Amino acid sequence: MSTEEHPIQIPNSTARPLELTDDFSPGETNFIKVDNFKFFYGKKEALHGINLEIPSRRVISFIGPSGCGKSTLLRNFNRMNELIPGVRHEGDITIHGTSIFDPSVEVIALRRRIGMVFQKSNPFPMSIYENIVYPLRIAGQGDRSVHDETVERCLCSAALWDEVKDRLHDSALGLSGGQMQRLCIARAIASSPEILLMDEPCSALDPIATAKVEELIIELKKDFTIVIVTHNMQQASRVSELTAFFYLGNLVEFDETRKIFTNPSKLQTEEYITGRFG
Amino acid sequence: MGGHFSNTGALSTLTQEYRRRPDFFRGACLFACILTVLLLVFIFGEILLKAWPAIHKFGFGFITGTQWSPNREVFGVLPVLIGTIASSFLALLVALPLGLAIALFLSEDFLPDPLRQVIRFVVELLAAIPSVVYGLWGIFVVIPLVQQYGTILSAHFGFLPLLAGPAYGNSLLTASLVLALMVLPTITAISRSSLVVVPYSLREGSYALGATRWETILRVILPTAAPGIVASAILAFGRAMGETMAVAMLIGNSQRLSWSLLSPSNTLSALLANQFAEADGIQISALMYAALLLVALTLVVNLAGEMVLRQTQRATAGLR
Repeated sequence: MSTEEHPIQIPNSTARPLELTDDFSPGETNFIKVDNFKFFYGKKEALHGINLEIPSRRVISFIGPSGCGKSTLLRNFNRMNELIPGVRHEGDITIHGTSIFDPSVEVIALRRRIGMVFQKSNPFPMSIYENIVYPLRIAGQGDRSVHDETVERCLCSAALWDEVKDRLHDSALGLSGGQMQRLCIARAIASSPEILLMDEPCSALDPIATAKVEELIIELKKDFTIVIVTHNMQQASRVSELTAFFYLGNLVEFDETRKIFTNPSKLQTEEYITGRFG
Repeated sequence: MGGHFSNTGALSTLTQEYRRRPDFFRGACLFACILTVLLLVFIFGEILLKAWPAIHKFGFGFITGTQWSPNREVFGVLPVLIGTIASSFLALLVALPLGLAIALFLSEDFLPDPLRQVIRFVVELLAAIPSVVYGLWGIFVVIPLVQQYGTILSAHFGFLPLLAGPAYGNSLLTASLVLALMVLPTITAISRSSLVVVPYSLREGSYALGATRWETILRVILPTAAPGIVASAILAFGRAMGETMAVAMLIGNSQRLSWSLLSPSNTLSALLANQFAEADGIQISALMYAALLLVALTLVVNLAGEMVLRQTQRATAGLR
């Protein structure tokens, strides 16, 4: 896990070393690089040496039966797993060439550069406006005009602006389930991250709300690299360009979504997507 | 259906038997419930009845009057009313930050769980100490402290009405400090329970946006639990107002209006406890009038607290 092998050297003194600025080309093939990554909950090994290269500005879906490790890997990209006591990892994950586990990487800064949307929408019990402004406030941004601009931009990106523009200062808890989830997406992109992680974002939504979120995902990939964990095969095939199939803590197959769903190379993948197990 | 139960006669007898048994139990519970309500009505009615002569004689002037001299049959309860509210408010002022800090410490994972349980148990044990023991502790520990430091304070800041001397040991401040300790378990327990029901998904959401633990606590967890914390404060306020024995032992039982925290004062409950034994005639009625005010005051405060608490539970239910 030493930094020497990485193309970008991290200066030791800067407060926010993980600068993922605009200088990457949209087609960077190994934007997120997972290198022989193992992950342990206590003694239990949940991921057995994953190798994966995720290109930028694409939608990548992680599929696989429950407990296969897809969410575990997703939650390592922004180091959310570290909130669980007794976990450890081996191997490395780099983003734009920088190891996210490097001691000089502030986990706070890392999470500000990676948005996350959860299975169950989790708007804070405050106004719609304040929900979106929250990441700006904790980043020390107090400028009202920046707030106003961000709220409008993010709500528009999340296709929610027209529905809520007249009640921005009402409680976010008054929204419908689908609106709440889109609000959480708007909040997740408020600090202009490069990566958007989605952990089964539609599993608690009805089909209409799901369709809206899926449209949104396809729209958002112009600006973000999106990794989505889903149990819904149709969803994976509708929104993603690349699909990774996980099984029992291993990455079985990673390829273009079309190929995974029409002509997978591995028997396990085929059995899973045709519904023979899982 | 039916085919499995050829012996339907026995089944229906059994069913009736089962239905009858809860009937008796239900009746017993209903009786106990009605008895409780009747008891409350009876107590209230009795106080009202006994207070009636004083209500009739002194009317509203009883509440606004500042003199309390049984010898001259002049009864005004304003200083005592103020003392009641002031001592409870001061107690809250001390206990709320302290109790909230403890509740936060016990609801977040700052400490290993077994240690948290021990601390929680000890704080809740404070509620089990009898009032009179708090009173004794106040006499032997808090009164000398207040006297010692109060004298120093009033020597330097005596120009402030709140700290004007002389510093008696028996004072509003002494009573408030001990009351603060006595309501601490109420605040801690209710605040803690409203903090632990803040859904984990909110903490997770906040962390995922790059918030630190303290930002998450201050900006998400505390605001979410705020109604429960407010409720804990109101209920603690109600408890402090009704608290009798320790206050009667410490507050100095003076019906003189004073701005100073270091002067003796009185509360409704302490007034009742101190004077009832030797009272007769219209004084008894006047004390009953005071009791009525106390009951009304604590009733309103407790109702408000319960309402806020219920509101909270509904609001957090929407979060899950």
